[in-house]
Amino acid sequence: MSKPIIQMIGVNKWYGTFKALTSVNFTVNKGDKIVVCGPSGSGKSTMIRTLNWLEAHQEGKIIVNGIEMHKKMKNVDEVRMDVGMVFQHFNLFPHMTVLQNLMAGPMWVRGIKEDEARSTAMKFLERVRIPEQAKKFPGQLSGGQQQRVAIARSLCMKPKVMLFDEPTSALDPEMVSEVLDTMIELAKDGMTMVCVTHEMGFAKAVADRVIFMDEGSIIEESDPVNFFDNPQNPRTQNFLSQILQH
Amino acid sequence: MLFADTVVPDPAVHKPKVMAIMLAASFVIFSLMGLNDTVLGEFMRPAIGEPTESGLFGNLAIGLVISMLFTGNIVLIGFLPFRIQVLVVWLELLLLFLAFFYSFGLDFAFIRSKVWFMISQGVFTTLYISAISITLASIVAIFGAVAKLSSNGFAYAIASFYTSFFRGLPLLMQVYLIYLGLPQLGYVIDAVPAGILALTLCYGAYMTEIFRAGIQSINKGQWEASRSMGFKFGLTMRRIILPQAMPLIIPPTGNQFIAMLKDSSLVSVIGVWELMFLARTLGNKDFKHMEMLITAALIYWCLTMCLEVIQSRIERHYRTISH
Repeated sequence: MSKPIIQMIGVNKWYGTFKALTSVNFTVNKGDKIVVCGPSGSGKSTMIRTLNWLEAHQEGKIIVNGIEMHKKMKNVDEVRMDVGMVFQHFNLFPHMTVLQNLMAGPMWVRGIKEDEARSTAMKFLERVRIPEQAKKFPGQLSGGQQQRVAIARSLCMKPKVMLFDEPTSALDPEMVSEVLDTMIELAKDGMTMVCVTHEMGFAKAVADRVIFMDEGSIIEESDPVNFFDNPQNPRTQNFLSQILQH
Repeated sequence: MLFADTVVPDPAVHKPKVMAIMLAASFVIFSLMGLNDTVLGEFMRPAIGEPTESGLFGNLAIGLVISMLFTGNIVLIGFLPFRIQVLVVWLELLLLFLAFFYSFGLDFAFIRSKVWFMISQGVFTTLYISAISITLASIVAIFGAVAKLSSNGFAYAIASFYTSFFRGLPLLMQVYLIYLGLPQLGYVIDAVPAGILALTLCYGAYMTEIFRAGIQSINKGQWEASRSMGFKFGLTMRRIILPQAMPLIIPPTGNQFIAMLKDSSLVSVIGVWELMFLARTLGNKDFKHMEMLITAALIYWCLTMCLEVIQSRIERHYRTISH
């Protein structure tokens, strides 16, 4: 039994009086690939953003990489260094070239030498299959390419776990598969991943577990075969029938 | 330019009715001005005889000629393409303007004897005071902006007090307060540092708002991406946010520099030998006030025009790299 990288224990979160997360419990072990889905406004983005504490929770415990996340913590950056995050809107740094985007984190945060950072960056650019774009600026790339750069940028930090917050939702349809292919490869290489996504094909292909959320709580959590073929909760059934009917 | 529609109506200056009205109106106006005792009357001497004795007839004749020239000129310019139109109208206005100054009967020999000193001493001082002040004001503005965006109550209170105070007082008063007030507290301050301090504090307050708006306009996602990789606040600000905010900050800062160049004339009141001070003092002894004031005015104008050109270049530069 491997040691958990992420643990959420009875997590509650409010935005003012609105309750965004209600007693969320789950565990991510090393090597797990977890897909989180649910209707919009169900709290899945909020949940994934509490994992590296871009959003704060108010009750319960979130333990990442052995460190408990809380308001007074001094070492939040230490946790964040080891937790890669890929955003819906890429959030690349538009004033820096692709290569600079990839080298910034290792050099500025991890204190890695420029040459080494460059070779690592090129290695990951090759892995996401766009080494020829290294000298371009993010604005010159397509959405799919930008998202692959964003994935490579996170990988350059050598994270222990990767968080994906709807990584394909802002893409044109023909670009979704190139990003998913990259993510599938990453999964096969053994990366620990938590993905908020509506791409059910991706979930079937790589997920160890699928989590279904609604109204801020986890409604159902099971392996993909059971999740898709034999959903237990009526809300899950309803959701699946809506997104799978096309 | 504003949105240009595809349908192009005749320009007003090519409509006979409009031009007839303009001709009539200008005829009345020029005739009423009674121009027969001016240089124009001299030009018309062959037609109207002795100008000063030509009376109503002379005025009407001059009015007719001038109004026809005026209206004809406008109709002709109406045929030109946009850029040349702009150029011609500019030149004509400039000539009229210079002719207006010329009509004061200025002493050009006096101007020539002083103008080099005005430039070497006055322009130089004006420029270096403005340049130092805008640089310091930018630094003040960065800190002011960060403080104004901070969740720290002390920082926000101090910054907003500062901007409120220095934006709320006339700059002239700040100049006096610093130059005359600081010695009261035991710090004797020279005129130039006092002037620079006043300009810095005043413009720093305005530019705090420019920097704040620039920083705020950067997408929240940039912060999230930076923080999610473990960048600390200062690093994120320095390497990610400010470089992106600069294209938004620099154009209005250029504007502030142009404004400051003119406002630096206010430090003349404490005896700094900049352009305005020289304009007031050099002409005093010989009662040639107008000569020096007009010279200084033209120098200011030339300086700001140069800066405006540079400013629009910078703006274009940042527009092109941000796309």
